[in-house]
Amino acid sequence: MPYLFNTPEQQQEMLNVIGVDSLEALFATIPSELRLKRKLNIPPALTEMELQSHISNLAEKNIGPSSRVCMLGGGAYDHFIPAAVDEIARRGEFYTAYTPYQAEASQGSLQTFFEFQSLICRLTGMDVSNASLYEGGTCVSEATFMAMRVTNRHNRIVLLESMHPEYRQVVESYLNHLNCEVIVVPCINGCVAPADVDKAMDDQTACLVIQHPNFFGTLEEAEQLTEIAHKYGALSVVSYDPISLGLLNRPGDYGADIAIAEGQSLGTPLQFGGPYLGLFSCSKKFVRRMPGRLIGQTVDRNGKSCFVLNLQAREQHIRRDKATSNICSNQGLIAIRATVYLSLLGKQGIREVAELSCQKAHYAAEQLCQIEGISLLFKDRPFFKEFVLSCSEGPDYLLRKARQAGFDLGPELSRFDFQNSSETYRTGVLVAITEQRTREEIDCLVKALKA
Amino acid sequence: MRNQLATELLFALSQPGRRGALFPDSDVPEKPLNELIPQSALATNPTDLPEVTEPDVIRHFVNLSTLNMCVDTHFYPLGSCTMKYNPKRHERLAGLPGIVDLHPYQNPSDLQGMLELLYGMQEMLAEISGLPAVSLQPAAGAQGEFTALLTAKAYFEDRGENRTKVLFPNSAHGTNPASAALAGFDCVQLESSEEGLVDLDDLKTHLDDQTAVFMVTNPNTLGLFEKDIKQIAQMVHDAGGLVYIDGANMNAILGYTRPGDFGGDMMHFNVHKTFTGPHGAGGPGAGPIAVRDFLADYLPGPVIKQTKTDSEENQFVLENPSKSIGRIRTFYGNIGILVRGYCYLRTLGAEGLKAVSENAVLNANYLKVILKDVLPVPNGDLCMHEFVASASKMKSKNGITAMDIAKRLLDFGFHAPTVYFPLVVPEAIMVEPTETESKETLDAFAEIIRQIVKEDPEFLHEAPHSTDISRPDEVIAARNPILQCCEP
Repeated sequence: MPYLFNTPEQQQEMLNVIGVDSLEALFATIPSELRLKRKLNIPPALTEMELQSHISNLAEKNIGPSSRVCMLGGGAYDHFIPAAVDEIARRGEFYTAYTPYQAEASQGSLQTFFEFQSLICRLTGMDVSNASLYEGGTCVSEATFMAMRVTNRHNRIVLLESMHPEYRQVVESYLNHLNCEVIVVPCINGCVAPADVDKAMDDQTACLVIQHPNFFGTLEEAEQLTEIAHKYGALSVVSYDPISLGLLNRPGDYGADIAIAEGQSLGTPLQFGGPYLGLFSCSKKFVRRMPGRLIGQTVDRNGKSCFVLNLQAREQHIRRDKATSNICSNQGLIAIRATVYLSLLGKQGIREVAELSCQKAHYAAEQLCQIEGISLLFKDRPFFKEFVLSCSEGPDYLLRKARQAGFDLGPELSRFDFQNSSETYRTGVLVAITEQRTREEIDCLVKALKA
Repeated sequence: MRNQLATELLFALSQPGRRGALFPDSDVPEKPLNELIPQSALATNPTDLPEVTEPDVIRHFVNLSTLNMCVDTHFYPLGSCTMKYNPKRHERLAGLPGIVDLHPYQNPSDLQGMLELLYGMQEMLAEISGLPAVSLQPAAGAQGEFTALLTAKAYFEDRGENRTKVLFPNSAHGTNPASAALAGFDCVQLESSEEGLVDLDDLKTHLDDQTAVFMVTNPNTLGLFEKDIKQIAQMVHDAGGLVYIDGANMNAILGYTRPGDFGGDMMHFNVHKTFTGPHGAGGPGAGPIAVRDFLADYLPGPVIKQTKTDSEENQFVLENPSKSIGRIRTFYGNIGILVRGYCYLRTLGAEGLKAVSENAVLNANYLKVILKDVLPVPNGDLCMHEFVASASKMKSKNGITAMDIAKRLLDFGFHAPTVYFPLVVPEAIMVEPTETESKETLDAFAEIIRQIVKEDPEFLHEAPHSTDISRPDEVIAARNPILQCCEP
């Protein structure tokens, strides 16, 4: 047993002190008819060497970006991760530490999370950020709940069809038992028409959720939509791509009330969809309505500056059924990764990553559209690093041909259930280009698809 | 010893023009940005991130990390949290190419190894819980609770029953009522018996045709096995309700008894507790749920299925249950943590898991006995993997509180136990040694506690004395929250 200490002699000694005669006897409070009378039926124990070969074999049955070029998008992206991010995240002092309830034993985590909050505020232009939630989709749900609390409107929210369809599904599962109507404004041409949004809103709507850049990679009229939300007294909730803020206007600059995002792009590997990082920031006036952990600066008994978990009265361990959210654990270590990543990139780096992704994505789109039968599904729509290709031979043909040449594109839009415009999207395939993709790779894909 | 300069706020280290990461020049022909993106959507000012070098970043965060206690450096007897050793092999294996770099939207044919691993995890969790249908999606225990409650809700709706109440004992974790409220249920808190167990009479009083779910932690948060759990489950079932087991304390009963065998219909695991996914300074965790057959169709999708025939190209597929409540997160779960949990289960096997619980329970009982004269435990004779002592006699005698003891322990190089939880014990000190600690550590810890309780109460009120900071003012922090370095 690799992780146990007590020798048989020590066990006996301890049993004597306790005053029972066997390990079995320690379980006396479990009635015998409830005991499992057989061994658990799970595979036999492996040594470290055997385990390593077992997991390596499983890993080899997968084909990852190491052997394919990843142009997949849809909310998870293959951005570059500097070595220093792993170096810090692999420190036992961070990854084997507990939630920082004991401030004196946790100043390292607390200051790092305080810096995380500060970096997210600067990135988004928002006043306050929490110390993270689970991931992008659950952030949308938490934001809608918060908007209902703030506006005291509990029966209606408006989403855009251009939002990540899985985010919408999450919101629907979170809300569908709560007697709250979820209106989805159709998106026909790659982004929604502000006039349609205006029609969908009313003075009982708690919030309007905007994803910008949206699921298709195209830009929404985020500022105008925010104004529309405010016209009806609703909150504007903006789901952004954190890398895009190296180039684009920040949610705080155009008046968003809550800004949320999937933060995986900020230094976290793809790892098959999780653990990722929910970013959640908002205006200062709503701070006491926020979900999740918040770190605050204060002074200790000797007047020394330090950091603590703040405003815990919002949280489940204090407020129980009246809490602002049921969240207990967050994504601490992933937030630490994002903190290191943003520190390394700094002002210039984030801009360069955003620009490189944007320039290369436009080059790729231009080159791919010169292939017969391939075009952009949403022509003339400005996009950031992701776009939708339409293929006359159908999406499966395009994906298969790309895969054969060593490229992963996607996801194909037919994977998802779009409420209003499925027919329009049937042929579409998403392509995402990050700063890691090279001209050589893009040209090679184009050549393979032409063949 | 503290490097003051390096541990200033990161923003104070910033100098215009410094760089920590450089990127290659563009290798594609560039266009003016405003030809690609409308001028109105472009930022007018660059984001105001700090400008520091890579050595700055490393020195800053490495120095900060040394201000933390952690499992790699200290004993962490935190009740309810199972702060056991985090095996290093997990970190290596979860970081292998082919595991760490898979995109969630890859073609399933390219994911067969990953799906096989996750399917194996589903199977093992089903066996350990005695509940056959598993969803790996929930990101944490609290999300597992919420997901299971939505699953229960869908099941009742499908049967045409409108059940509105969720019951839980007053010793429950705060997440139980919080999750129930989030799922739109009315919360009903039950009293505990003299023994610190579920009060059967109180339960009986509140059970009716409006009861949807009874949520119970077993062993409970006092570290006691609910000996009447079978009867409790029967009562709930007779009223037409379901029994939810909060699996935070599974470390006590692995291979000894299973929630499915003692009447549970649904449960969550905390992979970051029981199966040693590291706590990561507060996350990420993973909170997969296991439920009975008749609830399987309502689970969130997708789940992983093994196809029956060998002729199929893909042996493992992602499928949505027929009456699924939908998604409760994007993609499939906190996979990186589940991979670590899988590695753990494959390392231990059946005997290993049983030995884990035996040693966890042995350590807890031993510590409880050698401390009982200074830290009395109000409830129970034998405990399971943890016990809850009370400092209330000490407090009335000389003013020493649970918090004082917790803070003073830090001076001696022990992380504090959980204090003031569960709410049913006054001045609660909740101790969970876990199985990955030696008798020597437990003896040393007990010795220090004995020493502490003899110290001058005034001195203890000001503890800790050796840490970098001492007793932060939380009142000031809450009154005037400073939540980022450059307040707007």
